[in-house]
Formats: sequence, C-alpha cells, structure tokens
Amino acid sequence: MTMLHTVNKSPFEKDSMASCLRLSADGSSIILIEDGVYAALEGTAMSDSVKAAMKNRKVYALQEDINARGVQGKVMDGIEQVDYAGFVKLVTEHDKVQSWV
Amino acid sequence: MSETKKFLYVNRRAPYGTIYAWESLEVVLIGAAFEQDVALAFVDDGVYQLVKGQDTAGIGMKNFSPTYAALGDYDINKIYVEKESLEARGLTLDDLQHLVWEDEDEDYAEKDSIKVVSSAELAELMEQQDVVLSF
Amino acid sequence: MKLSIQVNEGPYQHQASDTAFNFTKTAIEAGHEIFRVFFYHDGVNNGTRYTTPPQDDRNVVNRWSELAEAHDLDLVICVAAAQRRGIVDEGEQSRNGKDGNNIAPGFRISGLGQLIEAGIQADRLVVFGD
Repeated sequence: MTMLHTVNKSPFEKDSMASCLRLSADGSSIILIEDGVYAALEGTAMSDSVKAAMKNRKVYALQEDINARGVQGKVMDGIEQVDYAGFVKLVTEHDKVQSWV
Repeated sequence: MSETKKFLYVNRRAPYGTIYAWESLEVVLIGAAFEQDVALAFVDDGVYQLVKGQDTAGIGMKNFSPTYAALGDYDINKIYVEKESLEARGLTLDDLQHLVWEDEDEDYAEKDSIKVVSSAELAELMEQQDVVLSF
Repeated sequence: MKLSIQVNEGPYQHQASDTAFNFTKTAIEAGHEIFRVFFYHDGVNNGTRYTTPPQDDRNVVNRWSELAEAHDLDLVICVAAAQRRGIVDEGEQSRNGKDGNNIAPGFRISGLGQLIEAGIQADRLVVFGD
C-alpha cells in the first residue's frame, strides 16, 4: 500500500505541487483538491510536468472543485476525476495521507 | 499501550512570517511524550527555520530557534533536511544550527541529529511513515 | 475505518474548513467512524459562536456544531492556539480572568496531546490546511 498525497494550492501560486511532484514516490497517488485542481488542466506551464508524473503516479482531481472553478472542459486526459465519496475511498485505499498545503 | 507509529512532521515554511513553524514545533514537543517513532522533515522554505543566528529583537517577536537545540533532549534525533531545498536557497549545512543528541547506548556520545538527504531519499523516507502532519 | 481530521485554517478565509467538513460528512455517510476533528492554528476560529455570516451562504461554524450533534463527533480546539486567538470556553474564562466566553456548541478545548492521540488511534489522519 502506498501514500496518497493531497495538493490544495494552485501550482501558479505556491510551490506545493512542485514539491509534491519532487517528493512523491513512484507508485503513490496524488489527489488535487481546492485550488490544486488548476494543476489538472491542459495547456498550462504545469501540464508537462504533471503528465510526466502521471507515468509513475496516479493523479486524481476532485470533481466538485473542478466544477466550482468552471474548468471542467480543460482537464487533461489521464487525470481521473473523483467526487467526495471517491476522495474518502482513496484515503481508505492508501495506507497514509500527506497534505501539501 | 497503543502501537508505535512512525510520525513525520513536515515543515515547509520560513519562521516568523507565519506562525506555522513555531506552532508545529509545539506539536513536536508535546508529541515527544507519546513515545512514537518521530522524524522531522525540513523542505522548501522550512529549511530557513534551522538557520543559525536569528535575532528577533527588532521585530518584537519571540526568538524560538533555541527550541530546535532542545529536540535532542526529547529523543527527537531524526531531522531530515532536503539538499535540493538548501541548494535552491544558497544554503549549506554550515548555515544551520548544529543539532545534536546523546546516544545513551554509546556512553552518551554526541551525534548529529540533522541528516541532509536528497529528494529521492526523502521521498523514500516519507513513503515509510504511518502518520504525516503538515502545517 | 477510523478517521481523524486536522483543520489548520479558520472559517471563510480559506477553503480548508469547508473541504474538511465535506470530507467528514461524506466519510460518515460512507459508514466510517470519525475519531476526532482537531482544530489547530487559525482553525480554532471555527469554534466561535459569534459569527454572523450572510444568510445566502453556508454557516461554517453552525454546520460543524450540527454535524457534531447529529453524529456525536469529538471536535477539539487546541488550547494553546485558542488562547492566542481568543477562543474561550467557561473553564478558560475563569482560569484566565476573561469577562466572557465564545465557544460554539459541540466544540471543546483541549491540549495538543489530543492531536497526537488522534494520529495514533485512527487508521488515517487527513490534514486540511493552506
């Protein structure tokens, strides 16, 4: 079992996403929540590094936060959207959680 | 008694600009009494917390940096500092406080508490933890 | 599963308390047990009963109180952080000579040991902050 990382800040505001990508182990999962969902979008300065991370980590994004921000149409392929129930499930399916705030 | 878990305290913020550095240290000190397997990680601006020579007289805030030197007395001796975070900030180990602990299994020999680790090493260390507290 | 939640930010200023609330509520609905919700740093400000948010938006404090009552949740506010920020219950009021108290229903003030215990006793600890 592996770690679930949460990232809740925009990658353009803080280095939390960059640090998470640097310090999350292969095989771990990342869920983007709150402003963190902006890292899930296509065509940004972050997209390539997130896509590269997706090669050995699973990246999720919280659907409710994507919808709130009106960016549903821009989410990158390969990012799995989950709702709050899915978020809870991810927490139970991984054996610990680290929050990059 | 409950099981022993590996607790990691992750510090990513500089001191004084916000309270997170100090209040996370308060958790570490109280937590020491619970005899869990504790480690601290200093990443990103968190490395600034350990810089020596802090003088807060002019800003009117309590200088809490001496508290780090006391961690060894609380059996907290696994202090990981990320190399990449230091380098990005032009810092070396010499800029940081020299934190030590006394190993009672080796005649109270004084040992270094700080280990500078690479991102890859720290990622692996993080993956081994049971409970991660972020501030 | 037994879950513990840590909330590091106050109501409205950051989304942390909202996300923590939604997560906690959903976890309960999924049949999980919430061991404790621990409020630290500015998170202690979720425990004042004196907020008057606009009627057309969520009432962050009240819905924590209501969730606590409905599901017998343990909402704990860190005493050290609360003292710094002025969240006071009757005990703190008399101990520290204050002329009133402001704690919201369902919250209790206690020490940081409660957070460590929350990490030890639960299967998962999830931190919501900024």
